[in-house]
Amino acid sequence: MAETFLSIQNVRKAFGATTVVQDFDLDVERGEFVSFLGPSGCGKTTMLRIVAGFEEPSAGMVMIGGKDVTNLKPNQRDIGMVFQAYALFPNLTVAQNIGFGLKVAGVPRAESDARVAEMLSIIKLPEFGDRYPYQLSGGQQQRVALARALAPKPKLLLLDEPLSALDAKVRVSLREEIRLIQKKLGITTIFVTHDQEEALSMSDRIVVMYGGKAEQVGTPFEIYNKPATRFVASFVGTLNILEGTVSDPASGTVSINGSEIALKRALDGKAAGDEISLALRPEAISVGNHPGRDSSIAGEISDVSFLGSVIRVRVGVGKNAVSLDTFNSPSTPPPVVGETANITFAASDLLVLQ
Amino acid sequence: MTQTSITAALEAAQEAPPAERRGVRLPLHWLGVAPFFIFALMFLILPTLYLIVGAFQNNEGEFTFANIAELMQPSIRSAYWISIRISLASALLGGLAGLAIAVAIVRGGLPEWIRAATLTFSGVASNFAGVPLAFAFIATLGRLGLVTVLLNTWFGINIYALGFNLLSFWGLTLTYLFFQIPLMVLIIVPAIDGLKKEWAEAAATLGATQAQYWRMVALPVLWPSFLGTVLLLFANAFGAIATAYALTGSQLNIVPILLYAQIRGDVLHNPHLGYALAFGMIFITGVANIFYIWFRTRSERWLK
Amino acid sequence: MRASRIWAWVTFGLGATFFFLPLIATFEFSLRMKRGVYSFEAYRSVIGDTRFQETFAYSVTVAVMTILLGVLLVVPTAYWIRLRMPHLRPVVEFVTLLPLIIPAIVIVFGYIRMYGSSSPLPFLATRRGTDVLLVIGYATLALPYMYRAVDTGLRTIDVRTLTEAAQILGAGWATIIGRIILPNVLIAVLSGAFLTFAIVIGEFTMASLLNAPAFGPYMQNIGANRAYEPAALAIIAFVITWACMGGIQILARFAPRSANRPN
Repeated sequence: MAETFLSIQNVRKAFGATTVVQDFDLDVERGEFVSFLGPSGCGKTTMLRIVAGFEEPSAGMVMIGGKDVTNLKPNQRDIGMVFQAYALFPNLTVAQNIGFGLKVAGVPRAESDARVAEMLSIIKLPEFGDRYPYQLSGGQQQRVALARALAPKPKLLLLDEPLSALDAKVRVSLREEIRLIQKKLGITTIFVTHDQEEALSMSDRIVVMYGGKAEQVGTPFEIYNKPATRFVASFVGTLNILEGTVSDPASGTVSINGSEIALKRALDGKAAGDEISLALRPEAISVGNHPGRDSSIAGEISDVSFLGSVIRVRVGVGKNAVSLDTFNSPSTPPPVVGETANITFAASDLLVLQ
Repeated sequence: MTQTSITAALEAAQEAPPAERRGVRLPLHWLGVAPFFIFALMFLILPTLYLIVGAFQNNEGEFTFANIAELMQPSIRSAYWISIRISLASALLGGLAGLAIAVAIVRGGLPEWIRAATLTFSGVASNFAGVPLAFAFIATLGRLGLVTVLLNTWFGINIYALGFNLLSFWGLTLTYLFFQIPLMVLIIVPAIDGLKKEWAEAAATLGATQAQYWRMVALPVLWPSFLGTVLLLFANAFGAIATAYALTGSQLNIVPILLYAQIRGDVLHNPHLGYALAFGMIFITGVANIFYIWFRTRSERWLK
Repeated sequence: MRASRIWAWVTFGLGATFFFLPLIATFEFSLRMKRGVYSFEAYRSVIGDTRFQETFAYSVTVAVMTILLGVLLVVPTAYWIRLRMPHLRPVVEFVTLLPLIIPAIVIVFGYIRMYGSSSPLPFLATRRGTDVLLVIGYATLALPYMYRAVDTGLRTIDVRTLTEAAQILGAGWATIIGRIILPNVLIAVLSGAFLTFAIVIGEFTMASLLNAPAFGPYMQNIGANRAYEPAALAIIAFVITWACMGGIQILARFAPRSANRPN
């Protein structure tokens, strides 16, 4: 039932000798919200600019709505784009900015005015049409930029780190608003960000990029809970890494700091005695017994920080250190540094890192 | 509310050193800037005011508009008129040429060294005014100038027979362009640099062509800077005398040359009319500068 | 893309022609003093002229004095404004802009009327007094450039913190300005100095109206009476201007980067 709307096929981009994007394949469904997530320099912005038409791919193809647009200029692609630095035209009022795309498309004045008014009400700034960009706050400017991008009813919306320049509070409220508007209009959207929280909270699917490659493509739930690579696991969320050795690959038993842990799944490609890295999310660990958490390792509490509603505890497990959060409860005294403690977790929550 | 204001007051009190709170050292503060203000008063403001006041007085020291009215006599009026025309022509032509060159070196896809070399050269040329500049143009476009001679021997074009004269309106305008164009380049290049790349990209994603982007965004954004700088060039040309004097002697009747002659030997036979002449110059360059500052404030607001 | 690049080259080429033709023509003309052969005879004649040597030396001296006066006037003021009286900034900036608004000929006209030999402050009564007034006039002309250069230099260093740090270490005002502030804005001051030199060395209007034996009026005089020497003088003047601007460019490479730069 899902229909591919944007198709990126085998795209590679090199600037001189350096390859910034390689082997990039992605199909985006109509109305889907897909994030490109990764650290700076991972190629996510370059990939977005290839979709926009500002960069020409060295190889590969970009199709929008079944049409090959690889060689089309940006102004022929029917896209809307929002930039990190707002990029509103300073000489035009808010209404003129929003109406810019309609004007160059030759839309009649009355129709254009109606559309601008509609967009102003969608971004909840109906009274701001006559103001100039310099009279608006950053958050307001970015909402106008969104309205400007959407006014000509583009087929595809590209968002290039639109929230990075804003302060934390505005960022959270605006990301909810963007997602709401996107869902309401049902527009296919690519969102570039380095902020995992933004990507996790807004996206239908996330493409985690690293070194010019897509490391993993999946829903936020999959990316967070089943990271495919060590990079994804460490980039998305906080992660505790435990180094151990394989005791029995067939039954999936590993030894960590003297404790035998049964993973209950075969470790393909490993031999007994091999080093192995396992990862655990902080929220999957507790100190002492916890219902449903079947495995435990002995450790020693090395640090306790009181953060208000939670207490962050660091536990040394051999040469590894594990961070975990426990809820603060006034009646229970907090753990004490130097005490020995068992950390418990469910063996099925352990992620095997490649 | 009360809480914050008390905190703010405490902070303010802490910031000020004890000596300042007593207010005893306040006069000493002014001592730091006194030399500057005394200098400015004595050698900039008072001499100018002396002339301005003199412009509105008669020989007996009584207030009068007679001197200003006398500026309307044909010879003085024509001096102002030709000064304004030369300044305006050199400012507009210099402005347009400077803008074109600036756009070419910043956005034309030319190699980086061309931009650097042009800016350095502009710094030199904008300061290469006065007597030597006049010599250079005499050697180029004077009756025996290289270009004049070569045009005649190679193409048989005698520009002087065709009505050109270096010691004329167009000759002087052309000479002024040698410092006007570079001045425009120097001032407008930062403004063109201030055009954000994202504006062009945003316009492109909205379906605009390159030409539409320039017409609807880039040029309107540059417009106040451009217009302001043209006014600056106007004032720059209007007050200049050395180039014109070295080029034409007293052949060309422009205001600064008239004033020069008046200072030298009271050719108007009325010292107060001389003051009025000076006042007229300040008035015109002053108005040009006020608009320049107004336009600049406007463009800074945009390009922030 | 292609078309716009051609257009840019054409514009640049036209501009280059307009600016290089007069220079080439002037240079060529300056070499033609001896009939039939190119020679540096005009330059030899100019440089050998004692009037040239005297006026040039006079103008160099005046330029150096102007720079000293400008620095003494501008550095403490700009520093004090940044440190203690930021509310006066707009006033001082406006005053430093005035010489761009009031033409030099008007300023010197005012001097002649106010400081003539029969006035209470008769600068113009003596030769020495006239020289002083010329230096003062030039310092006024250079004020906008000098102030801007120094103020920009002060902005890149954090004046307040440097001053407070020096005060905590027990430094007095002379030490602070002479050993902390001045060395840090030296590059900016020198840039202003070069620009001042370029403006002052061939200045005509003020020197001529104050009857000073300066290089500018000398050039004008030669221009009215000789044929080839003016071209040589123009080339010499152009080289001096170029050297001053080149000096500023080289200095800019040594300028301190802004203290509170991001990254």
